[in-house]
Amino acid sequence: MLELQSISKTFHPGTVHAKKALQNLSLSLNDGDFVTVIGGNGAGKSTLLNAIAGVWPVDEGHILIDGVDVTALPEYKRAAFIGRVFQDPMLGTAPNMQIEENLALALRRGKKRTLKWGVTKQEREDYYDRLHALGLGLEKRMTDKVGLLSGGQRQALTLLMASLQKPKLLLLDEHTAALDPATAAKVLELSDQIVEENGLTALMITHNMKDAITHGNRLIMMNEGHIILDISGEEKKKLTKKDLLDRFAALAGQQEETDAVLLS
Amino acid sequence: MELLTYLSSLSIPNLFSRMPAAAAQGIIWGIMALGVYITFRLLNVSDLTVDGSFATGGAVTVMLLLQGLPAWAALLLAVLVGILTGLCTGLLHTKFGIPAILAGILTQFALYSINLRIMGKANQTASIKNFGMFWETNGKGFLMSSLYVPQALIAGLLLSAALVALLYWYFGTEQGSAMRATGANPSMSRAQGINVSNMKLLGLALSNGLVALAGGLMTQFQGTADVSMGRGAIVIGLAAIIIGEVLCDAIFRKGCNFAVRLLFVVFGGVVYYAVMVLILWLKLDPNDLKLFTALIVAIFLAVPYLREQRRSSFARSAKGGSRHA
Repeated sequence: MLELQSISKTFHPGTVHAKKALQNLSLSLNDGDFVTVIGGNGAGKSTLLNAIAGVWPVDEGHILIDGVDVTALPEYKRAAFIGRVFQDPMLGTAPNMQIEENLALALRRGKKRTLKWGVTKQEREDYYDRLHALGLGLEKRMTDKVGLLSGGQRQALTLLMASLQKPKLLLLDEHTAALDPATAAKVLELSDQIVEENGLTALMITHNMKDAITHGNRLIMMNEGHIILDISGEEKKKLTKKDLLDRFAALAGQQEETDAVLLS
Repeated sequence: MELLTYLSSLSIPNLFSRMPAAAAQGIIWGIMALGVYITFRLLNVSDLTVDGSFATGGAVTVMLLLQGLPAWAALLLAVLVGILTGLCTGLLHTKFGIPAILAGILTQFALYSINLRIMGKANQTASIKNFGMFWETNGKGFLMSSLYVPQALIAGLLLSAALVALLYWYFGTEQGSAMRATGANPSMSRAQGINVSNMKLLGLALSNGLVALAGGLMTQFQGTADVSMGRGAIVIGLAAIIIGEVLCDAIFRKGCNFAVRLLFVVFGGVVYYAVMVLILWLKLDPNDLKLFTALIVAIFLAVPYLREQRRSSFARSAKGGSRHA
């Protein structure tokens, strides 16, 4: 479904601040893979997701989504294939537009935006059912401005928006990091539910090792722009937090002790 | 004693007799404010092109009238030229990375020369006496004139109602919604597949088309176009928007429909101009008008910010903290 062929990205090249954020990185996701991504600060996790989403072009390598080479496509064109939820709950929605207007914008992702009316009666009914399924009572507030919602409600809505037009790939960039633990758990549960119901291929960054282990069918660990660990299937199911920390220390070397602390 | 002579020199009937013409002119500023609303409120861009494009609309209209074109055709072409000025600012901003506010200033600056080129000199007159009104000339004459104030009022009201309906429709469509989203949250818009640059281009074009239309109407109303007629137009537009929104929020406390809001923006233009006429009637120095306008706009722009500050100020939190200490 997703094929990264030796992609590299250096920020501020040719200056003293030059940072090799991604180095010759290759990754191949199968249809239906739900991959959790862990790694210390500056390991390149968000850079990886931004490279796939097309926030900026990569320096080298190719990115293929479902066999289509999207390397040259700008962010708004790749959006046709990709659903995204950001770390900051403010980033995923338009605050001064209604809940149903936000959903309507998301339903038209990857389609030509014409001069037809922005929200039809038929889709409104569909939104009602889908919002009802979230269990947050948002279906009764469909004409409320999104700015009135809490962070957790906004992330849940953004998740729904990301999956409304079934994406080939769902990118979750630490989307529960800004939420309180109870809300974070609820949003994670919703993420699982949405990925499963729609059979989505997903990449999820998290700082929480436990979440990384319990969610998804595959786990990758990043360090200094490389993937240093890739575990899936039965092996992942048996994984413990201690295993991960041990392997991280062994793979990343001694000087990374501080990062190991950050990870836990 | 002096006060008494001053007061007795003010004639109330005179004030009332001036109001209809003020309202008609206010509606024209209100139509311009609709254009400013698109960029300032919906696209979240401060576009300073309008000072130039308003005069461009006037200049194109007056020259085409003098060439013998029907007034409606002159207005239509003025709108098209206005759209081009907006595209110019939009391209400078989106394709060449110039901040929107600076791109607008550059276009506006350049338009001064272009407007002089269009008119050949600093001002041109197209007297209503030579052209007639549209009902006298099978639709070819002026849409508005200061010599026919009641008719100008009706024409202005119908035109602004039609424009509000058009904008209400457009911003409810898929494309219009995408434009609103662009202003509200560009990163979300890109993630939802919206071409943010194109939306900004389109919005700036649409906005300046409306502004040029208002410039063309003003030229017909006054029978003349002047190269400096657009000076301060952006501030007048902002004043109209702010006055309209304040009134709208005061009347509809629970919020109101987008169309009603736009109507209030037009009405804001009327109130703005009525206040200006009032100030002149009070025999205050007309040279101070711009100072008053700037003050009013600054105060109204500051109010929402200050209100928010009051709610969460450091000084207040310090006071609250000491009470609990």
